[in-house]
Amino acid sequence: MEILEIRNLTKTYGNQKALSSINLTIPKKGIFGLLGPNGAGKTTLIRIINQIIEGDSGEVLFKGERLHPKHISQIGYLPEERGLYKKMKVWDQLIYFARLKDMPAALAKERVTFWLNKMEISSWKDKRIDDLSKGMAQKVQFISTIIHEPELLILDEPFSGFDPLNAEIIKNEIIGLREKGITVVLSTHRMESVELLCDQIAMIHRSHKILEGKLADIKQKFRPNTYEVILSSLKEVLPQDWDFRTINGNSVFTISLGKESPNITLMKLMQYGEVVGFKEILPSMEEIFIQQIKEHSYE
Amino acid sequence: MNKIWLVIQREYLSRVQKKSFLLATLLTPLIFPSIMGIFLWISIGESENPSLQIIEVVDENNIFFIESSEQYAFSFSKIGIEEGKKMVNEGERFGFLYIPKIDLKNPSGIIYYGEKNPSMGLISFLESSIKRRIEEQRLFESGISPEAINAYRTKVSIQAITFDNTGEEKVTDATVNYAIGFLAGILIYMFIFIYGNQIMQGVIEEKSSRIIEILVSSIKPFQLMMGKIIGIGAVGLTQFLIWIVLIGGISSIVMGYFGLQMPQQQAMELANPEIGEMMESQGNVQNILQVINGIDFFQLTLTFVFYFLGGYLLYGAFFAAVGAAVDAPSEAQQFMLPITIPLLIGYLGLFVFVLNDPNSNVSFWLSIIPFTSPIAMMGRVSYGVPFFDLALSMSLLIIGFFFSTWVAGKVYRIGILMHGSKVNYKTLWRWIKTN
Repeated sequence: MEILEIRNLTKTYGNQKALSSINLTIPKKGIFGLLGPNGAGKTTLIRIINQIIEGDSGEVLFKGERLHPKHISQIGYLPEERGLYKKMKVWDQLIYFARLKDMPAALAKERVTFWLNKMEISSWKDKRIDDLSKGMAQKVQFISTIIHEPELLILDEPFSGFDPLNAEIIKNEIIGLREKGITVVLSTHRMESVELLCDQIAMIHRSHKILEGKLADIKQKFRPNTYEVILSSLKEVLPQDWDFRTINGNSVFTISLGKESPNITLMKLMQYGEVVGFKEILPSMEEIFIQQIKEHSYE
Repeated sequence: MNKIWLVIQREYLSRVQKKSFLLATLLTPLIFPSIMGIFLWISIGESENPSLQIIEVVDENNIFFIESSEQYAFSFSKIGIEEGKKMVNEGERFGFLYIPKIDLKNPSGIIYYGEKNPSMGLISFLESSIKRRIEEQRLFESGISPEAINAYRTKVSIQAITFDNTGEEKVTDATVNYAIGFLAGILIYMFIFIYGNQIMQGVIEEKSSRIIEILVSSIKPFQLMMGKIIGIGAVGLTQFLIWIVLIGGISSIVMGYFGLQMPQQQAMELANPEIGEMMESQGNVQNILQVINGIDFFQLTLTFVFYFLGGYLLYGAFFAAVGAAVDAPSEAQQFMLPITIPLLIGYLGLFVFVLNDPNSNVSFWLSIIPFTSPIAMMGRVSYGVPFFDLALSMSLLIIGFFFSTWVAGKVYRIGILMHGSKVNYKTLWRWIKTN
């Protein structure tokens, strides 16, 4: 069952298209990566899901219902540009955001206490935001996003502004939320975190969706049919153009199969020596991303 | 709705709990009575040991006589101008009045020499004394006996009484009404500017700190805007009420303390020269009290609060829209004109037209049009306004408020999400037109 279904969504600013009939299905549970270069239309899409702005045409269904203000309390949003009231105390601020998301006062207090303890920042609760470091403020911001226990969490570049240690904490929190059954939409440029976290992705470029699917499937689809080969006890001298390196007496190189099947290639390789390793190389998300953007930029 | 209430609470509490709010609220009312207290203290000191100032008078006509007062004594002699000036220079005399031979039909050439600039009071006192004497002299020359002249000199004062349909009569006095209208109008003008600016600053803060994106994902922009306007308005009202209580309390203590030592009339005169003058010409303290009793303070307070809030709400929305359209306070200036001009028209109109003639056509329109009515109407209310005018003005103000929040809401909704783009009046107009 999908938590979010986007049908033919279009949005134009003046004469500039931000979204051109986007169709997107985000399944319940798991982490969904929303990728695309700057200015592709990701923020517009996110803003529409958050009901900050409205699309020109098309529709967005949340759990099968047309998006409605009552859904606000079930969605959490961490914008790319962070912001908190600088002169407000951490505690007051978190309570305020929880209450704005329709949380009853007593429950809000309970949840804020819980999260402050969990993030080990309960000693700051009476501090004002402008007395905190940037990383500390980011933690408060993250709590404000998830304080009302949303079913759908939209995180726009969640790791920016965190040092590696805190980024790790946030990453673990995101994984923890996924285990609790919360759907996370992750919009980011950092392909290594996509690779690490996402179950499914969609890529938007110049207002069009250019790619969508399970991360593993996409990787399969874009594999270049290249293998890493490790040979030991060579019987013959390898051809120069194979560009091999010698590591611990073994020859290591990559080989592009072209139209050949792996078995045939293997048989050929056996003639040169003992095949110790023969492993398919899958493309990194980074490579797929760059390749896709390039491909669609010339259309 | 529940969420607007949350915003109101936050806006209210975050401001009221600030130290600067506490300071401004407690200190401002102290300033007014303490200034008054200082003046009273100085003037009492003066009146207890008055230093008599002597003015030398040379009259070439030999007909003028100026009566000495508590403050000024006049010595008559026949010295020359240079000699007289010298006396002033050496400090023997406070001033020197020279009256040359004059044509009684067309007197000119009278000169006052002094080291210090003479007060308006002294000059007008001298003028009226000389004028009266000339008039007497001319009447005498035309054959009327001095006895007859004296017998005809009468003091007249008109007591104005208004009455309404029920026949209830009230003693009125233009000066008291003027003062009340003046004060109420200025208060509303200041309130709109001070708290309107706070709205604008608040919107800019939310926009520039990017907190707005989180807020509008939880609450409708319009609710957020209204919550802010109402919350800050409540702060202003709180401050205002505290001021009234404090100023009232402290003033009565100060006045009470000094009032024991000097006649009340003099105290009032010092506090407000206009009232003092009026009392001199018209009668006594009794009259003033009668006038004040005649004013319907209940109605006055109600209309004041209505226009106070109505004007604030009407303009508050515009201030919010301006805040939303810009990225930093320094950019706000370019959009302030449409707010400042109508407010200024109301403010100037209050002085130039309304207070002088509350029933003229201009006054009527100024007090009806919603953009100027909150200020201008207060000038009329103190004199008494026909029910129809008041009802029309109030309903138009309410309609104006809905209109202004509707327009401002549109600008606000789009503006708060715009960063770094150049906004001008054309863009604002486009925002208003978009649905």
